Amino acid sequence: MINIITSHWSELLTGFGWTIFSSVLALLFSLVIGSIFAILEVLPNKIARTIGKIYVEVFRNIPLLVITMFFYIAIPMYIVKINGFVAGTIGLTIYTSAFIAETVRSGIQSIDKGQMEGARSTGMTYWQSMRYIILPQAFKIVIPPLGNQFVNLVKNSSVLAFVAGFDLMYQGNAIASTTFDTINSYLVVGLLYLIITLPLSYYMQYLEKRLV
Amino acid sequence: MSMIEFHGVQKYYGNFHALKDIDLIINKGETVVLIGPSGSGKSTLARTVNGLEDIQEGKLIVNGHDLSNPKTNINILRKDVGMVFQHFNLYNNKNVLENVMLAPRIVLKLSEEENRKRADKTLEMVGLADKKENMPSQVSGGQAQRVAIARSLAMQPKCMLFDEPTSALDPEMIDDVLQVIKKVTAQSDMTSLIVTHEMGFAKEVADRVIFMDEGQILEDTDTKSFFEKPKNERAQKFLSKILTH
Repeated sequence: MINIITSHWSELLTGFGWTIFSSVLALLFSLVIGSIFAILEVLPNKIARTIGKIYVEVFRNIPLLVITMFFYIAIPMYIVKINGFVAGTIGLTIYTSAFIAETVRSGIQSIDKGQMEGARSTGMTYWQSMRYIILPQAFKIVIPPLGNQFVNLVKNSSVLAFVAGFDLMYQGNAIASTTFDTINSYLVVGLLYLIITLPLSYYMQYLEKRLV
Repeated sequence: MSMIEFHGVQKYYGNFHALKDIDLIINKGETVVLIGPSGSGKSTLARTVNGLEDIQEGKLIVNGHDLSNPKTNINILRKDVGMVFQHFNLYNNKNVLENVMLAPRIVLKLSEEENRKRADKTLEMVGLADKKENMPSQVSGGQAQRVAIARSLAMQPKCMLFDEPTSALDPEMIDDVLQVIKKVTAQSDMTSLIVTHEMGFAKEVADRVIFMDEGQILEDTDTKSFFEKPKNERAQKFLSKILTH
């Protein structure tokens, strides 16, 4: 194992970096996109709710790999040339957004409807009530499940390996096939994933404790 | 001058006819108490006044705004119509002071200085000047309801709706809240519509009593005659049942 690390530290570090970069991008974008679809799903407007529901049901129920391959092939073919890293991160974002939308939606719906009525009765608009009263409470409630989603996201970023995204898994495959030391290669890769995911899940636990 | 006018109002929940042919005029400055058995439509009626419930037929005019017209901007109406709920509905993510200051800040766009002055004054009035920094979870039910009243008063409404404001409270908390409501209704230009089961309190504050059952107004009369002897038979029965215990 040490052997693999010392002889391939540069590829591993590159993969580590791309994995973190892809995860952070996907995390930020899927948090925004997921929240937008979550809000669509709870709006009084039926068309908005249907759009939100369709997004969630479609992308939550297709394998991540299929979504990613689709973007890897379809976008360069019809829209703009993108590399595997971008395609993979887009796939990851779109897939994760569906799960985050469901998580945030359940958070919003768990807030007592008296909160909205209280806010509306003082003359606040629907959006003001959402912004100042409902969403802050909903996000606090969904921190633990969101933490799980973020950890899943980091692990799912290994899908980049299939579209040449230069991530940790991709480098692991490369190292395994050049050294033929498959077991140790993947052990190192697994360890490096843990280095990202463990602090992340501990941080989410800390946040949860601090906010509750 | 009227503050609230119901003309032939009908309200349905699906097939359930919740409000039947409501005709009612409440004048500016009046204190009107709505009583009746559970499920009689009292709360529903109060909630239609600030648009928390919509109506299907008839005309409803509150402070000059026509609520039966879907084009009416409900948020403008609500600036002048405060509401106090059975379960307080304080914002759980804001402390007492912020509960009171939020709407004047973002709806009325008051300056921070004026808003703070107003909040201090209203919290003083409800006797909670020392609880400003507390979160809603850190105050008792009676205190929470008084914060809720202060929150409505900070908007300086022309009309207040109280939807069973003491029904969720421990018996010993009820009086503090009723005292505050009395102060509010005593303001000469305040119109109040109060849904309550507190008959002693109703007797004391109401100018007029409305008795409802099964979605209909069965009696609408001055307080004194209502409590001496209501004309309606159903109201007589209701009173005899709750006044004897």
